[in-house]
Amino acid sequence: MKLAEVIERLGLEVLVPGDLERRVRWGFCSDLLSDVLAHAQEGDLWITHQRHLNVVAVAKLKGVAGVVCVRGLHPSQEVLAKARKEGVTVLASAEDAFEVAGKLYGLLSP
Amino acid sequence: MAPTTKALYKQVFPVKSDLESAGKVSTEVRRILRSLGVEPEVVRRAGIVCFEGEMNIALYTKGGRIILIVRDDRVELLFSDRGPGIADIDLVKQPGYSTAPDWARELGFGAGMGIPNMEANSDRFVMYSRVGVGTVIRATIFRRCHETCGGNRAPGT
Repeated sequence: MKLAEVIERLGLEVLVPGDLERRVRWGFCSDLLSDVLAHAQEGDLWITHQRHLNVVAVAKLKGVAGVVCVRGLHPSQEVLAKARKEGVTVLASAEDAFEVAGKLYGLLSP
Repeated sequence: MAPTTKALYKQVFPVKSDLESAGKVSTEVRRILRSLGVEPEVVRRAGIVCFEGEMNIALYTKGGRIILIVRDDRVELLFSDRGPGIADIDLVKQPGYSTAPDWARELGFGAGMGIPNMEANSDRFVMYSRVGVGTVIRATIFRRCHETCGGNRAPGT
């Protein structure tokens, strides 16, 4: 499913639009950066509570489809500027990680 | 062990002991590797090795440096720092072991996967440390080994 469609179906707020035409492969839910580096796959939508600068670096390194900041947490302007520069899509949801992950699973599971 | 080929590119990056600029070296290393036409899979693995090593220097040491060497057949990343050094290297290679302080864990560091991730994304990984002096790591990623070795090991290693 295209990222733009996932955003619409999940009602996500777009903080930084990267490539919204990308296909979302699956989801990955983790707050541990090394866990994401080790186990997330390219094209995954990364659901997290982390919102500091290194999130952008990890997202870029793994080629995730985008980062979803949950529970109303928003990254700083500095982080968003970095994401814009790197072409990393940053999304936000007022819902918690469980709800976002559950809905995404419902959308993407066969 | 294959003889070492001539270095096509070499650059030294200082790494400070703070998180403010952490992540910059790995971004730059990836940019350089891509511009040199290094294979995307090698760039991806080198990016992860470099990021984890950079974070380790920034989080746990008094500062250090990373040297990137690109050769015909391999990419090498050399990490060195000014201490405090690691007493038990086998322990830090164990997934889940971490000495990260609480503030770092809250930022998502300290999963105890940094060094295992570096090792998993390297074809050769050598680590020396002396307490009170510092730690050096040499991580080697072979290029064009995918056809012959399944992407993880160079022939003969």
